[in-house]
Amino acid sequence: MSTTMADLEATPSASTVRVVDQHIVEIVSDSGEGAQTCGQMFADLVARNGNGIWTVEIIPAEIEPPSRSRAGASGNRIRLGSNPVTNAGDHADIVVALNEQVLYSRIDAGALHPGTIVFVDRTWAEHPDDEIRRRYQEAIEDFRRRGYTVIEAPIEAQCRQHTDDPRKGKNMWALGLLCAIYDLDAATVRENISRRFSRKGDAAIEKNLALFADGYDWTLANVQQRFRVPAHKHAQPMVVMNGNQALALGIMAAGIEVCSMYPITPATSASHFLANALQEAGGFVHQAEDEIAAIGFAIGCSYAGKTAVTITSGPGLALKTEFLGYAVMAEVPLVVIVVQRGGPSTGLPTKIEQGDLLAALYASPGDSPKIIIAPATIEECFHFVVTARRLAEDFRGPVMILSDANLATGQQPFPKPQLQSSWLAPPVEQAAWDQSVPPFAWDPETGLSRRPIPGQRGGEYVLTGLAHDEASHVAYESAINQKSMEMRSRKLAVLKSALHPPQVHGSAEGDLLVVGWGSTLGCIEEAVDQLRGEGHRVSSLHLRFLSPMEPGLKKIFERFRKVLTVEVNYSDPADAAFITPESRRYSQLSQLLRSQTLIDIDCWSQVPGSPIPPSRIVAELRRRLEMLRQES
Amino acid sequence: MSGLRQEWEAEAPPRNCTLQDYQGVPARWCPGCGDHAVLNAVQQVARDKQLPPEKTVVVSGIGCSSRFPHYMKTYGFHGLHGRAFPVACGVRSRRPDLHMFVVTGDGDCCAIGTAHWIHTIRYNMDLTILLLDNNIYGLTKNQTSPTTRTGERSNTHPRGNVLPPLNPLSVTLGVTNASFVAQTIDWNPPHLYSTIRAAYEHKGTSFVRILQRCPHFTSHVFAAVQHDMSQVLLLTHDDGIPLEPSMQRLFPNRAAHDPHQLAAARAVAERDDVYPVGLLYRDERAARYDLQTSQGLGKSQAEKMAATEKWLSRYEI
Repeated sequence: MSTTMADLEATPSASTVRVVDQHIVEIVSDSGEGAQTCGQMFADLVARNGNGIWTVEIIPAEIEPPSRSRAGASGNRIRLGSNPVTNAGDHADIVVALNEQVLYSRIDAGALHPGTIVFVDRTWAEHPDDEIRRRYQEAIEDFRRRGYTVIEAPIEAQCRQHTDDPRKGKNMWALGLLCAIYDLDAATVRENISRRFSRKGDAAIEKNLALFADGYDWTLANVQQRFRVPAHKHAQPMVVMNGNQALALGIMAAGIEVCSMYPITPATSASHFLANALQEAGGFVHQAEDEIAAIGFAIGCSYAGKTAVTITSGPGLALKTEFLGYAVMAEVPLVVIVVQRGGPSTGLPTKIEQGDLLAALYASPGDSPKIIIAPATIEECFHFVVTARRLAEDFRGPVMILSDANLATGQQPFPKPQLQSSWLAPPVEQAAWDQSVPPFAWDPETGLSRRPIPGQRGGEYVLTGLAHDEASHVAYESAINQKSMEMRSRKLAVLKSALHPPQVHGSAEGDLLVVGWGSTLGCIEEAVDQLRGEGHRVSSLHLRFLSPMEPGLKKIFERFRKVLTVEVNYSDPADAAFITPESRRYSQLSQLLRSQTLIDIDCWSQVPGSPIPPSRIVAELRRRLEMLRQES
Repeated sequence: MSGLRQEWEAEAPPRNCTLQDYQGVPARWCPGCGDHAVLNAVQQVARDKQLPPEKTVVVSGIGCSSRFPHYMKTYGFHGLHGRAFPVACGVRSRRPDLHMFVVTGDGDCCAIGTAHWIHTIRYNMDLTILLLDNNIYGLTKNQTSPTTRTGERSNTHPRGNVLPPLNPLSVTLGVTNASFVAQTIDWNPPHLYSTIRAAYEHKGTSFVRILQRCPHFTSHVFAAVQHDMSQVLLLTHDDGIPLEPSMQRLFPNRAAHDPHQLAAARAVAERDDVYPVGLLYRDERAARYDLQTSQGLGKSQAEKMAATEKWLSRYEI
């Protein structure tokens, strides 16, 4: 926890306001009690205020888990800062829990530490059930032993003054509590509440306003702890959304008219968004009978000169690989989005992992060179779709976007994109095709070619996944096969030649270079910044292009004593039983980098099912730096 | 043009596509393969309906019959084993202007592609599906297919197929929203032609099972039927497949069958004493998914951007 106490000021009441540059708040409840609504509204308020935020959804695995159970915790983590926030951070500073059992689920997840301020609804202390009262009291004592600052708040009792169904009202009371603690403008909150409940009528608005005001007033009167996270008003229009919403809006902005999908966690919420929105833009979401049909349908659209995307997660990617190979072989432009989750097999459906890089790269029969890019921020989730569509058409083949569950559900503000009409340009013109030009007129240097589409007179041809010549005629001759493989591969080298070397975060030389990809950007850079602040010679580099990779890596790597990838996927710990330098299985990016650069790149990767918090990266990097110090 | 008499200044002569305009590279199926007859019939239908070759798309999967697109001089998509249907649906979803045929085989459709077969029938997009059913895997050399008869020997069941064959007609007729189901034979060109033509003219998914001879592996299977046409039951009806007088002579067994009666169609499909030939079922009112998916094609770029901007603005802070 890097909270710094910058200042102390007196307030009209006896309490003091601590000014901090960042803070982490969690609100958790049973599923159905609205903690997520409270968290979202709080996040929205602070983002509007000009604070940087990163939010994480806390989601139970079941739709209606039993109440007061650890597995049933539902809610949000909101990290707010004076500056842009790039990750969910480490330990929570404040947790509001509507019962003590859901709080345990956060303790189990390592979300708290001694000093965390915990608000617990004390209604359970007066519950008619002896067992519930006993468990509550034991928990409160346990929380105090653990070093948390426990504040028992009469949440339900206060709510009963305003509603007969406090289960549906505690979240607004909690919002009032948080707004009082962080000194947010109550008038703005009241406007938001009125807007949010406008469809439910005036009575609902009044009730929620009353619940909010009660929580706000109770806190002002009873809670000493107050914080302020100074905010800077944004200079430009900002949007705040999660990565799946950004992908979905990117799909629309890119002029993609068909999203062909099969339900799979954690990718599906993007399609939920599009099911309504894409229709208004003239397109539609096709819910296919399976993952294979979903990509086949998208390929059919693209072959017919239309723009399509298919979106899935790891197990779906496994099923799509035959068609992916077809799109490579037959050179069909296609955007394929993979929102990664924990594997192997069905693995951890709602949890983050970066385990599908090698599957994306290699899981097709034969040699199937394809473009793979990975957004590292929510903002990039939006813009990379536009890039992917363009690349798919220019390089005539599939482009994969690897997102993950962390980006999918995390929210971050970013400058509102200015939509461009050029992003929507139709993929091909419908004019007649010059009959003397074959459908695969590969440029001998670049391998690039233009494609005719059905409707273009003179361009009639048969697309095939079999080996074929320039005319798309089935051809098993050795020379033709050799050449066509070369042409499809050449395209990646051509793309690579157009890319810039990646920027190093920190100094261009030093002891240790950390290399990452995807959603770990914020955690890695925060860890590196902290260590650099302590004088360590450590830098980091983040790859957005994974196939082909950005150029110049070897030169960059050679200026560091050691290169280490940090990834959320599996690798053998170097010192485990039976593990030798020869038998050790490396993390996915490090395998690729080792083979590409012939440098002895090391890896540190973990599969916790959650983002690796900056503190853990700091600890590991410290260990590595110490090892380097001892070596020299 | 100046100097020409007024009446000579006609527009360019209307385009007249001949059979050659639909003929791709020479077909390389075995001599005597029933696929040749189907290819001829499709080309004749295309010519008689004057389908512009550039607006015609033939989609197939993998197998002997799936080589079909290569032998047409139209646009074609020779895809993956079992996956012709989703590709064809994708093409059709945004291209109501195209004329589409899907060619599949008994392995392609009834084994590896079964899920797509069921759902494509249910989607009822405007597609003409031709199932070239020779009761065997030919391209991979003589393996049992789902429609192989009980007891037939193959490389995978050298002691004979132990299971009863799957009935593609009754399966298709069991799918909700089926809209056109017919059966024909490759060795009667007029009936083959009339059936494919009727299927093409149907708006929605038309499913035509064609009993197709494989001279190499299953020549005995349909030879008996070919030589004893009493094993075939010709379905007749004013709303059925149009019949030439010659057919009346060739088919000694005939039965009137109203193609609008689903229960009767299912009963005919399940007969195991004869092969019913003709139109089993037609429902022009079945819901069509492609009418949904092609909505919005006319939206301008400005409209699309406005819609995107509207949704993007919801996230503005």
